[in-house]
Amino acid sequence: MKKLALLTTAIVFAIAGQAAAAEKVRIATEGAYAPWNYKDSAGNLVGFEIDLAKDLCTRMKADCTVVEQAWDGIIPALQAGKYDAIMAGMSITDKRKKIISFSRAYASTPAKFVVLKSSPAAGFKTMEADINLMEVSDGEKASLGELVSQFKGKTVGVQVATTHLNFLNEYLGKDVTIKTYDTQENLDLDLQAGRVDAALASMSYWAPLLKGDKGKDMIAVGPNLTGGPFGAGVGVGIRQKDTKLVGMFSKAITESIAAGVVSKLAIKHFGFDASVK
Amino acid sequence: MNWELMNESWPELLAAVPVTLTLAASSLFLGFFLALGISLMRVSKIWIFSNFAYFFVYLFRSTPLLVQIFLIYYGSGQFRDFFESIGLWVFFREAWFCAILSLTLNTAAYSSEIIRGGIQSVPFGQIEAAKAVGMSKFLLFRRITFPVAIRQALPGYGNEIILMVKATSLASTITLLEITGVAKKIISATWSPIEIFVIAGIFYLVINFIVTRIIQSLEIRLSPQLFRDRKSWWQSLTQNGKRTVGTQQTFR
Repeated sequence: MKKLALLTTAIVFAIAGQAAAAEKVRIATEGAYAPWNYKDSAGNLVGFEIDLAKDLCTRMKADCTVVEQAWDGIIPALQAGKYDAIMAGMSITDKRKKIISFSRAYASTPAKFVVLKSSPAAGFKTMEADINLMEVSDGEKASLGELVSQFKGKTVGVQVATTHLNFLNEYLGKDVTIKTYDTQENLDLDLQAGRVDAALASMSYWAPLLKGDKGKDMIAVGPNLTGGPFGAGVGVGIRQKDTKLVGMFSKAITESIAAGVVSKLAIKHFGFDASVK
Repeated sequence: MNWELMNESWPELLAAVPVTLTLAASSLFLGFFLALGISLMRVSKIWIFSNFAYFFVYLFRSTPLLVQIFLIYYGSGQFRDFFESIGLWVFFREAWFCAILSLTLNTAAYSSEIIRGGIQSVPFGQIEAAKAVGMSKFLLFRRITFPVAIRQALPGYGNEIILMVKATSLASTITLLEITGVAKKIISATWSPIEIFVIAGIFYLVINFIVTRIIQSLEIRLSPQLFRDRKSWWQSLTQNGKRTVGTQQTFR
């Protein structure tokens, strides 16, 4: 019933000088996946995607509203027409493309395992530091083998309904115990408590966390994972019948990337340029 | 409705039924004995006992079960060093233990009030009579108070059992894959909440249908005088027209 929890505390971007005929676009975000989208201490939605949404809406000359929606109901509620677009760090995957459409990608960040500094896996590195699962070379295949043997018999935590869970099921499902969490924050708590041996999430999530106080006992290990189940970057999720909106978003994203806005926002929020050129 | 998806998903959900049943059964079993103790403390004339019981009931009835489960599981994780030092971390590390602990404490709080109601409803005359024939306090409790109290409390307790079966769904918030947890997991991969929750709902309906039948037959066994005229539910379905005749005969 998370669908009903769609919060009405929406932020309206009042765009100055906007004609009354401007297209109304409702954008949903999770509000619990820093630094992509989260809430500040006053409870306002902030983050990379909130800033980017503002820029894209100005470019599309649209009248945008950002609403909050729990992650596990974010696609069903889109289809039920509660809002028109999803900007919630959602990777473009084949599986999701069967259900909804995506704009072009606006950001891409690798996935990475994180363990406690006291863990035996704390120094773990693979031969190949980057593994692109789209086309796996021999060296990358060997590195995937190293990954499997490192975490064999261990418990790995992951947020439910993510590409990271799909990766674990596909590549480590037989060798590790997978524990799923409804929010990334709950997973962090259990990693700290030692109930899971490792956690898998996007580096965009880990980078700011590891720098802060919350991540002082944690360390990112293993390869940078991209492609395959991780999809082709993060894009705006839109109902399949709204082809016009897909086009509007893709055009605005291309403009925004060309203007350097996406890079600037990525560096501000992630600490590295995650824009897709 | 995607019938194909429903047909594919029900075996996975069915496989989660034992988890739900284990959670409900073990917490109800442990909770019943805890509730019995709490209710006896509650009716005790020693103030420290009755106040403790009052506080316990107040604490667990006045906070949401979701909050209790969350605090016991993630809260204990925050104090790992402490739990390790007293050797209890091996228990608190497990989501199973935390779920059963919070469900047990919660049901104990509610059930103890139900049992207390039963104990206090025992007619004073019966207790007086038992005392008059020289029964000891324990014998009086075993032979008079307890059987009468349980009989009185059973309908209310049946309600509690059904509530507990449904409350196990909250264990999904601490990573346990019972019926609701598995349903959420399937939904996250298929984005079809309606189909999956319909199946999950049917499973809960079937479980609670069986539970209500068991409680009803227990009620009939313990208080046959109230059901003397009652036909079994199956008979009442098949011989519906003849029921009024039976009622009249009883009044004669």
